[in-house]
Amino acid sequence: MMRLPNFRFVAPTSVHEAAELLTSSSGDAMLVAGGTDLLPNMKRRQQTPGTLVGLRHIAELRAISNGDGLTIGAGLTLADLVRTQKVRESYGALWQAAAQVATPQLRNMGTLGGNLCLDTRCNYYDQNYEWRKAIDFCMKKDGGTCWVAPSSTKCLAVSSTDTAPALLALGASITLVSANGSRRIALSDLYRNDGIHYLTRQPNEILTAVHLPESTGWRSAYWKLRRRGAFDFPVLSAAAAAKIAGDGTVESARIVLGAVSSRPIEVAPAASLLVGHALTDEAIARAADAAAQPSRPMDNTDFTLVWRKRMTRVFVTYALRELRGDDVRDLRRRVSRQELL
Amino acid sequence: MNIIGTPRRRVDGRAKVTGQTKFADDVMLPRMVHCKLLRASVPHARIVRIDASRAAAHPGVHLVLTGEDFPIPYGILPVSQDEHALARGIVRFVGDPVAAVIARDEQTAADALDLVVVEYEALRTFAGPADSLAHPTPRIHEYGDTGNIHKLVSLQFGDVEQALAGADRVFEDAFFYQGNTHLPIEQHAAVAARDPDGKLVLWSSTQTPHYVHRALAKTLAMPAAHIRVIATPNGGGFGGKSDPFNHEMVVAKAALVLDRPVKICLTREEVFYCHRGRHPVLMQFTTGVKNDGTITGMHVKTLLDGGAYGSYGVASTFYTGALQTVTYHIPAYKFQGCRVFTNKPPCGPKRGHGTPQSRFGQEIQLDKIAEALAQDPAELRLRIVEQPETLTANYLRVGTIGLSQCIRRVTRAADWSNTFRKLPHGRGVGLACSSYLSGAGLAIYWNDMPHSGVQLKIDRSGGVTAFCGATEIGQGSDDVLVACVAEVLGIDPLDIRPVTGDTDLTPVDLGSYSSRVTLMMGNAAIQAAERARDLLADAVSRKIGVPKDRLVFADRRVFDTEDGSKGVTFSEAVCLAEAAFGTIGTVGAYTPPKSAAKFKGGGVGPSPTYSYSAAIVEVDVDPDTGWTHVPRVWIAHDIGRSINPVLVRGQVEGSVYMALGEALMEEQIFRRLPPRLSGALVHKFPSMLEYKSPTTLDMPEVFTDLIENPDPRGPFGAKEVGQGPLLPVMPAIANAVYDAVGVRIDEVPITPEKILKALDAKAAGKAPRYGPAGFPEIPWPEPLRVAPPWAGGDGTADDKGLRAEGKGLNAESRTPKATSVPS
Repeated sequence: MMRLPNFRFVAPTSVHEAAELLTSSSGDAMLVAGGTDLLPNMKRRQQTPGTLVGLRHIAELRAISNGDGLTIGAGLTLADLVRTQKVRESYGALWQAAAQVATPQLRNMGTLGGNLCLDTRCNYYDQNYEWRKAIDFCMKKDGGTCWVAPSSTKCLAVSSTDTAPALLALGASITLVSANGSRRIALSDLYRNDGIHYLTRQPNEILTAVHLPESTGWRSAYWKLRRRGAFDFPVLSAAAAAKIAGDGTVESARIVLGAVSSRPIEVAPAASLLVGHALTDEAIARAADAAAQPSRPMDNTDFTLVWRKRMTRVFVTYALRELRGDDVRDLRRRVSRQELL
Repeated sequence: MNIIGTPRRRVDGRAKVTGQTKFADDVMLPRMVHCKLLRASVPHARIVRIDASRAAAHPGVHLVLTGEDFPIPYGILPVSQDEHALARGIVRFVGDPVAAVIARDEQTAADALDLVVVEYEALRTFAGPADSLAHPTPRIHEYGDTGNIHKLVSLQFGDVEQALAGADRVFEDAFFYQGNTHLPIEQHAAVAARDPDGKLVLWSSTQTPHYVHRALAKTLAMPAAHIRVIATPNGGGFGGKSDPFNHEMVVAKAALVLDRPVKICLTREEVFYCHRGRHPVLMQFTTGVKNDGTITGMHVKTLLDGGAYGSYGVASTFYTGALQTVTYHIPAYKFQGCRVFTNKPPCGPKRGHGTPQSRFGQEIQLDKIAEALAQDPAELRLRIVEQPETLTANYLRVGTIGLSQCIRRVTRAADWSNTFRKLPHGRGVGLACSSYLSGAGLAIYWNDMPHSGVQLKIDRSGGVTAFCGATEIGQGSDDVLVACVAEVLGIDPLDIRPVTGDTDLTPVDLGSYSSRVTLMMGNAAIQAAERARDLLADAVSRKIGVPKDRLVFADRRVFDTEDGSKGVTFSEAVCLAEAAFGTIGTVGAYTPPKSAAKFKGGGVGPSPTYSYSAAIVEVDVDPDTGWTHVPRVWIAHDIGRSINPVLVRGQVEGSVYMALGEALMEEQIFRRLPPRLSGALVHKFPSMLEYKSPTTLDMPEVFTDLIENPDPRGPFGAKEVGQGPLLPVMPAIANAVYDAVGVRIDEVPITPEKILKALDAKAAGKAPRYGPAGFPEIPWPEPLRVAPPWAGGDGTADDKGLRAEGKGLNAESRTPKATSVPS
C-alpha cells in the first residue's frame, strides 16, 4: 500500500494554541482536520509537511450558534452539518452540497473547513509520485509545465469544493484566526483563480468559522455534475439562491458555478437578469444562458470539456427551477441518484 | 435432493462477515521483510544501465533484484512465454517492473526505490492498433506473426461468400468495445517463505495456483515438488489474478536468497498496471439474413489492442470469434482476428474473456436487423435460437439450451409487448442474449490428465474433509464443493471442511477461470463422494442386513428406504466402513469430453456445455443532455440447476453490476502527452476514484429469474453462472438507448457525450449514430477452411498442409515445442 511520509503530529486543544503552533513551526506545518484530502495527498507526495497540526481536539471549532443568521464552526464534520436541522431548513444549497460530498464514510471524517480549503484538483496532479514522474511532473508540484495547456503560465487545476459555491450563493463570510489576531472576510475573498495559490489564507491562519446571513425569504439549491451518485468530486456545479417576494418576484439573487475554474465563480450579471422578474421559463433561460458564459472547463477532469461547458446552462436551469418550486424529485433521482429533499 | 437447490448460508460466510478470512495480505510471519517494485517510468525503451548500488546500501535494505536475476521467461500460455519477473534490457510500458527492493519495512523499500538509477534509451511508442499496424519496427517483441502484430487468425466454416450472396439482406456494421479492468477490491498480494526443510512456500491472491506453481518451477529452475503454492481466498478476481505475476516470482526468489519470509502487497495503481483486463476491440460484423430473420452466413473481423505482453491474448483473440455460433443457428461462418502489441499494460481475460466484445456487436446488429425487417427482436431471436444437442458450424457441441425460456421469461416480466417501441420519447427498453462456456474444454498447456481432482478423507468422528485445488475467489467454490459432497453423503454441508487451493495438500484443479469450477470440480466431487458412499453402504448393508440398493444417505443417517427405523448414523457408518476396509479415503476426477474440433484454433471455444442468458434493460435518456439512467434490469439465466441459489443470484446480480460499469462508464484509457514536449504515454487515471465504476446509488433494481433445466453433463445438472449473465447487459443497454431516443451508440462506454453527439448528428440529418467508421486493412492469411458438420465435415481442415504446420493453442498440437522466446 501507499505509505504516509514521516511527520510530526501535534494536537492542540484550542484555536489559540493551534495558531501559536502554526506560527512557531517555521512554515512547514499544515493543518489537518478530517484528513480526507490532505492524507491521500501526502501519500502521493503532493504535500509533505514536517508537522501536522491536528484540529480535531478543538471543541470550539465544532460550535454552531445562531442569532443574526447562523455561525458554523469550521471543524464540524460534513455528516454533522447534514444532520443540522437549521441548515436543512434554511440553507438548502449548503445542505444539498454537503450531503453530496464524497461518501458517507468520508463525510464522517471530512469537515466544512476542510472542504472549503480543499486542494484544487487535476488529472495530471492527483496521481502518485511515480505517475507524476512518468510525465516529468507538472507546474503545480515538482515540475514546470501545465500539461492541461502547455502554453499556460498559470496552473489550471480545478476548484472542486462542493460547499464553497453553495456558501457563496448564500452570501457567507468566514473568520480566519492567526497568532496575530483574527479577521472576517467575505468567503468570496478567500479564493483566487490560480490552481496553485488558490486561497488567500495566509499559511499561519486558521479558518475557524463560517457565517451565514439571515435567510428569511431566501431559497437556495445546489446541483452537482458527476459521473456517479457518490464518491466523485464535482466536475461542474451550480448553486443558486434567491430572495423571492410573495408574488414570486425575485428581489435578490446569486448564481455561482463550481468546478469550471480554479475558484468558484459568482456570475452576478446572470443573477441580476432575474431581479424584478418572476422565475418564468424565459427568465430562467436568459439567466442560464448568461451564467454559462464564464464557464471555461478544461480537459483535466472526468467528462469531456465541451459537454461540461454545455451542461453549465442545463445545471443552472435545474437550480433555478428548483428555486421556483418545481417538483424536481424525479430529476434528482436520475441526475443526483438521490432525492435530496 | 436436500441440499442442492436449497438457498443456504455459504460455508465460508461466517469467516467473511466476521472479518476472520485470511487474505494474502493478512499473512504475517516472524522475520518477515517487505518488497516494493520499481516500475518503468517510460513507455518503451532500452535499459542502458541500472545502478542499484545506492539502494542496496540504504539502511534497512536487505536485497535488490534486477532482470539479471531472472534469466528465464514465463507467461500463462506456452506460446507466449514473453515475460520476465523484472525487465531484461527493455521496458514495454509505464509500470513494467524493472527492479525490486526488499527491506525491513514497506516505507524503507519505497524510499530505496528512488535510489535505483535506471538509464533509458527511448524507443518509438505504440499507443494503439493504428500505430502497431503502421509501424512494424521497432518490434515490441521479437516473436509474433509479423512486425507488431502478435496474432493473426483466419478461419472459415462453409462458403460464407455464397451464403451472403444468397441472403435477402446483408448487414455490415462496425463496433468498438473499449478496454476496461477488473477492479477487485483486494489488491494482489503475496508472501513467500522457505519451509524449515528448505522448500519454498508462496501464499498468493491468485485464481490459478497450479499455473503459478508451474511458472515458479520454471523461472526459479527448481523441482516443482519443492514448491508449494497456497492460493489465499481472493477478494475478487474476475480474471485479473489468473496469470502468474512478476511480484510472485520476485518475492519467491527473494525468500530463497534471504531465507526470510518476503511480502508484497500491490498498490491500487500497480493493480491497474498488472491489468490483464478486457481487450479494446474494434470489430466488423457482416451478416446475411433471409427476410424472416434467418441467418444465412456471418463474417466477423476483430482487432484487439493487446498491450505489452502476450498473457492470454492468443486465446482472447480466438474467443472474440468463438461463441457467435452457439446462440443462433449460423450455417456458414468466417472469423478473422488480429491482436497487436502496444506499449500499455497487457490485456487478458476479464469475466467473459474475449466474448463480451463481439457479443456486444452481434446483439446490437441483430437489433438493427430486426428493425430493418420490421420484426420484434424477441420474436426474431426465438425463431433463430440454435437447437440443443447440436454441433455448430465451428464444431462446438452445445448441450441443453434454455435461451428460448430466458427470452420468454424476461419479455413477460418486463411487459415487453407493451413497452418496446411504445414508451414515450426518452424512455426505452432493449433486449439482448448471450451464452458462455461452462469450463474451457482444454487446459492452458497440453496434457491428457483430469482438469479437476477431489480427494475425501472420511473420519470415524463423522467429519469429512474435501480436498481440491480449486480456488475460492469469492464466487463460492468452497461452498459448491461441500454441497456436492454433502448431498451424496447425506450430511450437512457444515459437517465438511473444504481444503482448497494448496498445491501440497490438494489434488490439481486448473483454477478459477473459464467458469469451469462448478462443473468440473462438482463432477469430481460427486465421483469421490459416490465412491465413499459405496464403501459405507457396503459396510452398513452387511451390518444391518439390508441390500445396498435400498440404503438411503440423508439427515446424517444411512437407513433402509423401506423402513426408516432400520439404519445407523453417518458416523457409525464410517466406523463400520473403517473397520471393514481400513482408513476411508476416496478420489474423484473430471476430464472434459474430447472436442469435435480438430482444426488449428479449435481448442478455444469447446466446453462440456454452455449457459444462456437474456436481459432486458430499461433506460431513461435525457434528449437535451444525453444523461442516461437505468432504473430496471430483468435478467433470466439458464443455470441448468442451482447448487446454491443464493450464490447463483449473487453472481447474476454481480454480473449486472459489472456490466453496467462496462456499458456506461468504465474505461482503461491512456494519455499521450504532446509528442513535441514529451514521450509520455500513461494510464489516464490508475485510481479507484477516477476509474469510474458504479456505486450502490447507481445500481438499478434487478429482477433475476433462474431457468432450472438440468444438463446431464453438469453436477446435478448445473451449468455456469459466473460470467454468462454479464454479457447480454451491455448490448441490451445500447438497444434500449436506441428505443429511447432513436440513436445507435455502437461502442462502449455509452456516455452522455456520445449520445448527445449522435442526437446532434441526427438533428443535422446525418446518420443517427456514434461509433467507429469502419475496419482497417489487415494482412490476413489465407483462411483455414473447415467444412461444417452439415456439409460433410469431420472437424478437420480441408487443407491438410495448413493443418500440419499448426502451432499454438491447438487441439491437435500434441508435440512438445520450445516454449521460450528470445527477448
